[in-house]
Amino acid sequence: MSVPTSTLAADVLEATGINAATCYQCGKCSAGCPMASESDLRPHNVMRLVMQDRRKDALADQSIWLCLTCETCTARCPNGCDPARVIDVVREMSIETGAADMPRTIAAFHRAFLQQIRTNGRLHEMGMVIEYKLRSGDLIKDANNVPALVARGKLSLLPDRIEGIAELKRIFEKCGVTP
Amino acid sequence: MSRIGVFVCHCGENIGRTVDCEAVAEALKDHPGVAFTEDYKYMCSDPGQQLVKKAIEENNLTGVVVAACSPHMHEKTFRRACDQAGLNQYMCEMANVREHCSWIHEDRGEATAKAIDITRTIVEKVKHNRPLESIRIPVTKRALVIGGGIAGIQAALDIADGGHEVVLVEKEASIGGHMSQLSETFPTLDCSQCILTPRMVEAYQHPNIKLHTWSEVEKVDGYIGNFNVTIRKKARSVNEDLCNGCGDCQASCPAKRIPSEFEAGLGKRTAIYVPFPQAVPNIPVLDRQNCTLFKGRRKGLAKDVCGKCQEVCLKGAVDYDTEDTFIEEEIGAIVVATGFQLYNIGREQPEGLKGYGEYGYGKVPDVIDGLQFERLASASGPTEGAILRPSDGKEPKTVVFVHCVGSRDPEKGISYCSKICCMYNAKHAMLYKHKVHDGRAVAFYMDIRAGGKGYDEFSRRAIEEDGAEYIRGRVSRIFRDGDVVKVWGYDTLSGEQVVINADMVVLATAMRPQDGVRELAQKLSVSTDEHGFINEAHPKLRPVETNTAGVFVAGACQAPRDIPEAVAMASATGAKVMSLFSADELEREPAVAIVNENTCIGCMNCANVCAYGAIEQREICTVDGHVCGHVAYVNPGVCQGCGTCQAVCLSKSVELQTFTDEQIFSEINALCYWE
Amino acid sequence: MTDVAYYPGCSLHGTSREFDESLRAVAADLGIGLAEIRDWSCCGASSGHTTDHLLGVALPARNLALAEAQGFDTVLAPCAACYNRLSAARLAIATEDGLAERMPDLLDRPFSNSVVVHNAVELLRDAAATIEQKVAVATAPNRLKGVKLAAYYGCLLVRPVEVCGYDDPEQPTSMDDVIKACGADAVDWDMKVECCGGAFSVSRTASVLRLGRAIIENARSHGAEAIIVACPLCHSNLDLRQKAMARRGEEPMPILFVTQMVGLALGLAPVDLGMSRHFVDTAPFIARLVQQATERAAAEKLAEEEAAAKAAARAEKQKVGA
Repeated sequence: MSVPTSTLAADVLEATGINAATCYQCGKCSAGCPMASESDLRPHNVMRLVMQDRRKDALADQSIWLCLTCETCTARCPNGCDPARVIDVVREMSIETGAADMPRTIAAFHRAFLQQIRTNGRLHEMGMVIEYKLRSGDLIKDANNVPALVARGKLSLLPDRIEGIAELKRIFEKCGVTP
Repeated sequence: MSRIGVFVCHCGENIGRTVDCEAVAEALKDHPGVAFTEDYKYMCSDPGQQLVKKAIEENNLTGVVVAACSPHMHEKTFRRACDQAGLNQYMCEMANVREHCSWIHEDRGEATAKAIDITRTIVEKVKHNRPLESIRIPVTKRALVIGGGIAGIQAALDIADGGHEVVLVEKEASIGGHMSQLSETFPTLDCSQCILTPRMVEAYQHPNIKLHTWSEVEKVDGYIGNFNVTIRKKARSVNEDLCNGCGDCQASCPAKRIPSEFEAGLGKRTAIYVPFPQAVPNIPVLDRQNCTLFKGRRKGLAKDVCGKCQEVCLKGAVDYDTEDTFIEEEIGAIVVATGFQLYNIGREQPEGLKGYGEYGYGKVPDVIDGLQFERLASASGPTEGAILRPSDGKEPKTVVFVHCVGSRDPEKGISYCSKICCMYNAKHAMLYKHKVHDGRAVAFYMDIRAGGKGYDEFSRRAIEEDGAEYIRGRVSRIFRDGDVVKVWGYDTLSGEQVVINADMVVLATAMRPQDGVRELAQKLSVSTDEHGFINEAHPKLRPVETNTAGVFVAGACQAPRDIPEAVAMASATGAKVMSLFSADELEREPAVAIVNENTCIGCMNCANVCAYGAIEQREICTVDGHVCGHVAYVNPGVCQGCGTCQAVCLSKSVELQTFTDEQIFSEINALCYWE
Repeated sequence: MTDVAYYPGCSLHGTSREFDESLRAVAADLGIGLAEIRDWSCCGASSGHTTDHLLGVALPARNLALAEAQGFDTVLAPCAACYNRLSAARLAIATEDGLAERMPDLLDRPFSNSVVVHNAVELLRDAAATIEQKVAVATAPNRLKGVKLAAYYGCLLVRPVEVCGYDDPEQPTSMDDVIKACGADAVDWDMKVECCGGAFSVSRTASVLRLGRAIIENARSHGAEAIIVACPLCHSNLDLRQKAMARRGEEPMPILFVTQMVGLALGLAPVDLGMSRHFVDTAPFIARLVQQATERAAAEKLAEEEAAAKAAARAEKQKVGA
């Protein structure tokens, strides 16, 4: 991993156009964050780490993966700092630099989801759930829901592959994403 | 034959570091028309000025050019020196070799050459200068104060005490403004009305103050010392001369459930009403919008359906057929003191502002603002001073005070801090705790701004002595949950979400200028900023003047401020007005346009482009009084010397003194001719 | 009337099939033509943009490019997540430096960012007058008249306001307007726009149970008889997971898609609206609505007859008196 020559704040500014210094740490974002009670870092904490160039602390924390991307923080921020976008980009950086510490189940979910899309173009939910269970080790959970879903016609057993699947594979390649 | 003296200033290092001042003086020594040159470290200093005076006397100078800083800085200084030495002050000009040269260039050689060019052009200009005299215009020694709040009252009293007439115009039925709605004031916890009402009465009874309440400024014409103001006295429906303030009309009015503006919506009033018992003047006004009789008239009913107040009035003062009347006054100076209103969090907002949907857009019961809390706490308020919540009249045991609602919130359209809220929130928390001993006062804040005298100690008292809980963090949501108001906040200092089940929430909403101020500002030709606050002439050194000569500003209409500052500003405007009125005539710079009536063809192009309305049409008559044509005439009292008329004149008949075509062309020629 | 490009998204073909079914049924009834975009692909939902910004824009953009190529100018994306991603991609491409230029190469398709994106709530709100009219002239009594329903928008339908923009992000009214157009009562409640836990349904179910419980409790405490949603994830979090978050003895809270609600108001058969696919059984709820509606209609008829009888009797008396 190469040593970054610019600050975390400068990197965030370049990637998103957001100036982290506009955050005056009022806490309104964190007051309304639905996942605050489960995370160590709340949205305004992430903004502070960015401002203070504490790259490792921000990128390596699990909290950024607990973000629901519900955009409540962004909607209420008095200064328009867009913490949701900042957290988005911190996540991206954490993957790029290999610093990411995703909680096991969440990592499994994202990977299974994206792998499904890359393979079929559309989410084959059955396939995704199987892959998720394998990756996460969560074999028992929700198992009893499967028959119920199938009975209600909500879970198809076969995938639905699109014709233009090659396009999709190329998109993944060009974005540099390997799930 | 010109004999011009050229003085080159080093301005310490400011000019001297980049421009070779000696060389400049040397270069001008042999210039035709120059009789004397000198360079010196600080021309504006006393010795520097002495140099100028001595040179004028010893060399019979006919003109002076000081190559130094901008004329904005010291033109007056050097002109005064010339005047004292017996040379007409308008024969003195400055060549700006600082802001236009040494401050913006680095190369010494190039800068010096440029400085020489600049100085030369001004020398050439001065050859065409004429000895001019200041213009004198008369001053009407009567002031107009717009707004009867504490600032307006103070300004009016100061000017009136100084021996001049004041016309005080207030758009509400009574003077007093928002200060009359407050219960107690910080940092002394003085009863607000107790300290205000004596001033109100003084203003009412002062022989020099003419008070027009329920009135607004309709039109303003003219210029400093000579304004013509038209005041609209709105139809009160009550004859001010006959009414004796007995209150029978109010008692008899059947329309009793109109939300009272004075009680900030927490109490009711009648249609014919005096806003509060201590109102000045104690003369009611009839609210025609909500009056039963007038509603009937608007519906087109043949017979009036009510008339109780007229019936019971023993003085016959009630008259339903009055119309708005107009009063014209001649005014010399105007003070704008229109005060403020509070931002409201509702869904409907004027352009540029947003409401607080996350706090319920103002529809959540028991979520009130600061003025409403003042009315609750006030002994003469709707609850007689008991803190009771509006929805059910119960005493709230947990009250949450939210700072910065609207203020410091660029996303909602208000980026500024409203200055007074930290202080009044502390006051509210204290008042609440004093009245409800077992109550819990929680304040959500971002920063505490308590910069005045005794202010910080006051705000600390709320926490240290009265037990208010201060939590640093903003509130994300406020909504009703059954019997409580849920407040979702955050404590950034301890790092936790905080949820409070409050009985009542008080929002410290932002201070905003009053509605209608932009229109008033247009009438006065003053400018407002993007928030609608009146612009001061200079934020540091001219805080109570505007860019329109003769119009001054005091109080919260210029920016959020507290009572002591509003009073200080008001007295400052009083001083400015008195200084304006201290002479019978006003001296104006002769830099105005003059029309040569012999060559003017009367096309009036100039009048069309004049932004100040300074140009009129004047008739030319033959000897026997026959009108044979017309020409333009520039009013020297109004002309601001912009020169636009000179630029558009087809016959080259109008000249801006001190910047005539001749003078300007001579500068251009000098630049082009001499290498 | 020109067809609207229909982007169902992965959920509507899977776990939220009833959303698709009820949407098609209602659209047909209202005369709105839907043409499914050929060969559409997943929009990436949250996994896309949470892990890679460019991927999060490219995946939705492909579908917009397809819609363009297939001759459409409007796309209907009923799933709130799909709607949000498609709209966010549009905004990003329109505003971020250089992004628009990269798109044709990234997608291997021409792309002019000209297609407009709507969601089902917008569509129904714009058709509110038609719905009201149809409900008024229907022969069968309106099963939804006076029924108290809580409009649950969730987070992605209204935020961020730069992306969505068709309604207020804190106190939205579009879904409430649709509820009112159906003759029902839209309750005033406090969790309209609070997140249900979204994509953590599978990967962090405990969070969803916590958030979902607060939502259902608040709707219940404001008198709601059912919660109306417009997002497959909100539906599954509140419906499929309701049993796990419920306490003993609590009445189940039916969770309906907004299109199912409109379908019921228009008199369509519950089975055609996919009402039997829910985990929280809707049959008792609908049965109760039908009974109420029938009783109400009967009571109204009786009142009408009594009033007519009274009027006739009065007329008789006057005749006799004269």
